[in-house]
Amino acid sequence: MLGGPGAVGLSMMVDAQAIAKLSPRQWLAAEDPASRFQATCGSLYRAGRALLANKLALVGLLIVIALVLAALFAPLLAAGVSPLTQDLAGRLAPPGAAHWFGTDELGRDTFARTVYGARATLAIVALVGVIVAPVGLAVGTAAGYLGSAADRVLMRLTDIFLAFPRLVLALAFAAALGPGIENAVIAISLTAWPPYARLARAETIAIVRSDYIAATVLQGASTLRILTRHVAPLCISSVIVRLTLDMAGIILTAAGLGFLGLGAQPPTPEWGAMVSAGREVILDQWWVATIPGFAIFAVSLGFNLLGDGLRDILDPRSR
Amino acid sequence: MAPLLQVERLDVTFEGGRAPVRAVRGVSFTLGRERLGIVGESGSGKSTTGKALLGLLPRSARVEAQRMRFDDHDLLRLSARGWRELRGRRISMILQDPKFSLNPMIRVGKQIMETLRLHKAVSGAEARRQALAMLEAVRMRDPERVFELHPHQLSGGMGQRVMIAAMLIAGPDLLIADEPTSALDVTVQNQVLRILDDLVSARGMGLVFISHNLTAIASFCDRVLVMYEGRILEELPARELWRARHPYTRALIAAAPDLDRPKPELAVVARDPEWAR
Amino acid sequence: MSVEAAPGLSAAGARDGTGSRSHGAATRLARASARAASLLGSLALTFLGLTAVTFFIGRMSSIDPVIAVVGDHATREIYDKARIAMGLDRSLVEQYLIYLGKVLRGELGSSVITSHPVLADLMHFFPATFELATVAILIGVAFGVPAGVMAAARQGRGFDHVVRVVGLFGYSMPIFWIGLVSLFLFYGKLGWVPGPGRIDAFYEDVLEPRTGVILIDAALAGEWDIFRNAFGHLILPASLLGYLSLAYIARMTRSFMIDQLRQEYVTTALIKGRSFVGAVWRHAFPNILVPLITVMGLSYASLLEGAVLTETVFAWPGLGLYITRSLFNADMNAVLGGTLVVGGVFIGINLTCDFLYRLADPRLREA
Repeated sequence: MLGGPGAVGLSMMVDAQAIAKLSPRQWLAAEDPASRFQATCGSLYRAGRALLANKLALVGLLIVIALVLAALFAPLLAAGVSPLTQDLAGRLAPPGAAHWFGTDELGRDTFARTVYGARATLAIVALVGVIVAPVGLAVGTAAGYLGSAADRVLMRLTDIFLAFPRLVLALAFAAALGPGIENAVIAISLTAWPPYARLARAETIAIVRSDYIAATVLQGASTLRILTRHVAPLCISSVIVRLTLDMAGIILTAAGLGFLGLGAQPPTPEWGAMVSAGREVILDQWWVATIPGFAIFAVSLGFNLLGDGLRDILDPRSR
Repeated sequence: MAPLLQVERLDVTFEGGRAPVRAVRGVSFTLGRERLGIVGESGSGKSTTGKALLGLLPRSARVEAQRMRFDDHDLLRLSARGWRELRGRRISMILQDPKFSLNPMIRVGKQIMETLRLHKAVSGAEARRQALAMLEAVRMRDPERVFELHPHQLSGGMGQRVMIAAMLIAGPDLLIADEPTSALDVTVQNQVLRILDDLVSARGMGLVFISHNLTAIASFCDRVLVMYEGRILEELPARELWRARHPYTRALIAAAPDLDRPKPELAVVARDPEWAR
Repeated sequence: MSVEAAPGLSAAGARDGTGSRSHGAATRLARASARAASLLGSLALTFLGLTAVTFFIGRMSSIDPVIAVVGDHATREIYDKARIAMGLDRSLVEQYLIYLGKVLRGELGSSVITSHPVLADLMHFFPATFELATVAILIGVAFGVPAGVMAAARQGRGFDHVVRVVGLFGYSMPIFWIGLVSLFLFYGKLGWVPGPGRIDAFYEDVLEPRTGVILIDAALAGEWDIFRNAFGHLILPASLLGYLSLAYIARMTRSFMIDQLRQEYVTTALIKGRSFVGAVWRHAFPNILVPLITVMGLSYASLLEGAVLTETVFAWPGLGLYITRSLFNADMNAVLGGTLVVGGVFIGINLTCDFLYRLADPRLREA
């Protein structure tokens, strides 16, 4: 089969002719796709349809999208209200017309703070994801492909980090390096990558025995090329499922760190820290702690629902 | 002599998925204390028919029939308790692969005794005695030793014989054998079939023998039902099989490899969509 | 340790495959000892890794350890002498080995706040966490296992959906938030439970601490007032932690049972005349006991972590509270010591359970 960008361009041109004859849906659902591009689009389309059919997963997806939108368009959603403006006269006001979620102990609008708090959450989730998935993939595929001594050493390393307690270690880390989002991200990432290495390794071992890998070796492909272009792409669906499910736990851990004052620092709004701040006044002004905590719960739930749905589609045997 | 089993227009439909699947369509037959073979390829509905006779189909299956009677029990209107009383005691079933059909964690002897203890109030010692007797009846060498083994320590043939022992110990009148030898080596198949033959004859039981192996059925059974896509295409006495009229049956017979008359090419069944109507 | 343990456990029973006679007892013993040795090796290696991590964290701290000892106003001379005495002029590797030696001897330094040796502090605070985690795991098992079994038996129907939703909520719940909300509800508004803390101030120091576990000590001494009071304080945090544990245990139990109920031996049991319920509990359930026990172990380990936040919210005087208080007071020795101990226990339970889990399913031994 042809490879490289030129060939893709060619097949897209050919497809353009084909598209003209078929409706988009027919083209996507075609049983024998004419090109790799069409095949990829087709499987994405099918996965998307399956996801939409699963109502719970859909709810999860909507929640996650809401998180992203809230983070990106916070100023818009908060209708221009600043999360930082203090108003000590109007502190601890109950939810009402002026402040939809009431105000906190410094008179700041809780609704605005909750919306802006999505940024800290999204930042941590995104950063951790961007770090652990590639690292885990790299370690796992290398271990699975290279085998023998390299495999044993890498898996020992993975096992060691896998056995570490996440929260406690993050606590110690933050204690030494000081609080802040960057340190929280590093601390969480240190213990979050091992499952991906294990996953990638298992998939790699299964793939490596196949004939078509042997064929690429015979064609003269280097180990790096094989790993990155042939093996890694096949692990991606499992990694995505796992990542989505892990996000829920990572959000909880990050919020826990925030609760202890180790996440984003004041005055930046962060849900865990907001819950902690509302702790003093929980008995009388319940909204200060309850609402941001509910946001944490909702987002974590969203990722769990989405992850479950994705797993049902992409990897049904691991129910 | 009143028939043991009466089935009239049995339909089994599986709900769910894109469209309902009609696994069994209008199947009718009667059975006395004789041997009935049901032959067909995978998906012909033969196993489903067998399971329907024991009420073992999942909830997604809709079982309907004009009539389905065992002795004087109406199988269509049987309660859960009614089924529990029938199963093992009056009707029994042997499954295909003892590697999977026996519980890996429980000793063989206990699994054989289980059927007995579910239906008769016997002491532990008596149950053990009868279980050992059954192991002897299935020609197990050294029954005392086998009694204490776990299923994974048995060979395929031994496992299937244990299965037979467990299923016959409570003395049922009807036995349904669903591919009883398909998972066994050829050399062992005959041995197990002979044991089954002796036991069924000695006890005067009715037997429903389900298989895809036409040759085994022809030699073992009195009558044969040929199933295809849920329907019965032909019913005839086993010894008249070679005189079968339906093209499918004739094709099945022709497709069976024969050592005495080797053919350069194995015949393939040319399917007529009319058969599935 | 990841909460989602490996999926798809098959019929748990060592299959030798060919059906031939099983290997001799001697070979089995040899294999078992080899595996045990491997487990011990893993434990040692991982614990070493943990000490390395805590060592480096300690070094990364911006607090100058020498000044922490000699004070701000020490002269240059005293500073240098102290530095040499503390071994800080040696190479990093040497320093690590000294540190490791101390750790193995139990010398974890002294707490800045309490002035006690950290190890003594940890021993003092341990029983409270033990009490909390143990009651929680009992709740988790008592409710989670039957729920999981029944959900699997009624897969796809009403009860199954309820169990899955309840489990899902448990997975997504921030424990510190639900702790606060529960305190607000059950203590603040409804007055059903006494407030934070382990026991009312009134009863503090009344009891002779024999095991350190108040419930046991009170029962042994026949002080039922104290017992009831302690129980009232315990029930809320233990229930919340128990809920988390329940969610995980129910989910795993359900998953294991669904796998088992698909096996043919269940059909065989039905053919013999067993009721479905009978087949579920007497045939399928015993086959999942081993992996289930390892799951319980893993849950217990994660409860230790959950306790950190729970204790903070409920002012429960356990290891978690000790660590977080030390954190707020920049008491590095205490934080690192606590991390080592909690981490060590966590690692121990995790690796052992992982080991047992693989033992139960031959397929996983390769992974």
